Amino acid sequence: MSDRTQHAANPDVDVDVIVVGAGPAGSCAAIALARAGFSVVLLERGPFPGSKNMYGGVVYPRILDELIPRWYDEAPVQRWITRRSTMVMTDTQAMSIDFRNDAWAAPPYNGATAYRPDFDHWLAGHAESAGAQLLCSTTATGLLRDRSGAVTGVTTDRPDGDLTARLVIACDGVNSFLAKDAGLYREVAAKHYTLGVKETIGLPKEVIDERFGVRGREGVDIEIIGCTSGVNGGGFVYTNLDTVAVGVVLKLPALAAQQLRPEQIIAKMKTHSAIAPLVEGGELKEYSAHLIPEAGLSMMPKLATAGLLVAGDAAALCLAAGIWLEGVNFAMASGMYAGQAAAEALRRGDTSEQGLAGYERRLTETFVLRDHRKLRRAPALVLSDRVQHRYPQMVAAVVERMFRVDNPDPKPGLRRILAQERKRAGVRRRDLARDGWAGLRTFG
Amino acid sequence: MMHSSDSQWPEVSFEERMATAHFDVHPHAHIVVNSAVCADCTSRECVVACPANLFVPTSDGGVVFNYEQCFECGTCYLVCNQEGAISWSYPEGGHGIVFRRT
Repeated sequence: MSDRTQHAANPDVDVDVIVVGAGPAGSCAAIALARAGFSVVLLERGPFPGSKNMYGGVVYPRILDELIPRWYDEAPVQRWITRRSTMVMTDTQAMSIDFRNDAWAAPPYNGATAYRPDFDHWLAGHAESAGAQLLCSTTATGLLRDRSGAVTGVTTDRPDGDLTARLVIACDGVNSFLAKDAGLYREVAAKHYTLGVKETIGLPKEVIDERFGVRGREGVDIEIIGCTSGVNGGGFVYTNLDTVAVGVVLKLPALAAQQLRPEQIIAKMKTHSAIAPLVEGGELKEYSAHLIPEAGLSMMPKLATAGLLVAGDAAALCLAAGIWLEGVNFAMASGMYAGQAAAEALRRGDTSEQGLAGYERRLTETFVLRDHRKLRRAPALVLSDRVQHRYPQMVAAVVERMFRVDNPDPKPGLRRILAQERKRAGVRRRDLARDGWAGLRTFG
Repeated sequence: MMHSSDSQWPEVSFEERMATAHFDVHPHAHIVVNSAVCADCTSRECVVACPANLFVPTSDGGVVFNYEQCFECGTCYLVCNQEGAISWSYPEGGHGIVFRRT
């Protein structure tokens, strides 16, 4: 494959670094390495970067300040999130905490909605501008290793498929067969994953603006708990310019253990009185699905071995912590730090596991692993049966009784309502205290 | 329960739903299901969990799998409880699902 690739400083290999996957992790790794002067091949199995990617809707791109200053002037953003709602629902009730922040409508912004085929394509363009060579329609099928077991390249499905390098960075997504092939995952189990399914629904921009109470490029993101028909998970609704995305995230074993199919769970959520008026009359433009590495630290693989680094979803660096749902930023950051650590290791000529330790050190010093460590209990807490099923019922019942005017009866005291509704929801006092304490330790 | 009767939903069939996603189908299947193994499975996790509804139980107790409209998500091999039932890989480069507004 050397005819197609850039020349590495070392003539024994085709290229300095192979980055597998031109998603946000891979492109950021490639940008960092190409700018540091190394030859980089960026492999993408789709026909273009982003063509295999789908997500639950919001990118938090501030981490790009380092690689692409004023990224917000050029990134293909649909809308800037200025309204963020967290909703708890039962079949017939919904309670929201609805936050609006005008400052998020101007640079440097906060969250943005974007179509991943646009966003990832744009970011990979920066990798190419930096000098990386992007090879699309190429699937990395396995790792090449030397006698000592060190990774020396990848096999691909191209006819002249083997490609050798001094270092490989696997950014090959949630299923990462390269990280599994390298033995970096202790355990691969369905319980660590959720399935995200989504409908992109077309509506005129004016209709979306009116229904969601925004204008111009302002956008809304609604995260929902209690909307998944008894399957542990959550839901979301967010605005693009002329489409609304509606979807659910479903814990795999829970999904497989019951009878409702994913699209039926979305369909049911869309009929809820809190959701139906937002999307009614819209036309289904695209149905999509993708896995999410949901379990955070408890599933995270080893991040490096001789000749190989793993970043993004491939390293389970996705934060599913209830009120915080982030992934693209973790992918971009881990990719960038992998690229920087790789450059450092290549300059020293040491790509052993020890020589690559700068990667994990960077992750440990920054939000990437600090957030994951701080929130390590969050995924299990948020997906627990009490948070999923009992608390939404209990909270909605308490709020209903607080706001119900039952004259001629006088208003009951909040303490009495709480005690009664806690019992009615079948929540033991000590479990409530324990979950409250876990919540405080996790989110406090 | 929910007011499904009065909401304005143009009903979308599953075929129409899948027709909104674009697939560049390769002539070779990237996932192979061993129906003989599936005949011993009673739980059939794949049938309910596959978002593209590609696993269809047959009258003789097996499971038929269609690879053409696969999202390449990985749900089936993760939920499958039968050793050797699903051989899973990505389609050849450039083929398979092509997302557009996701």
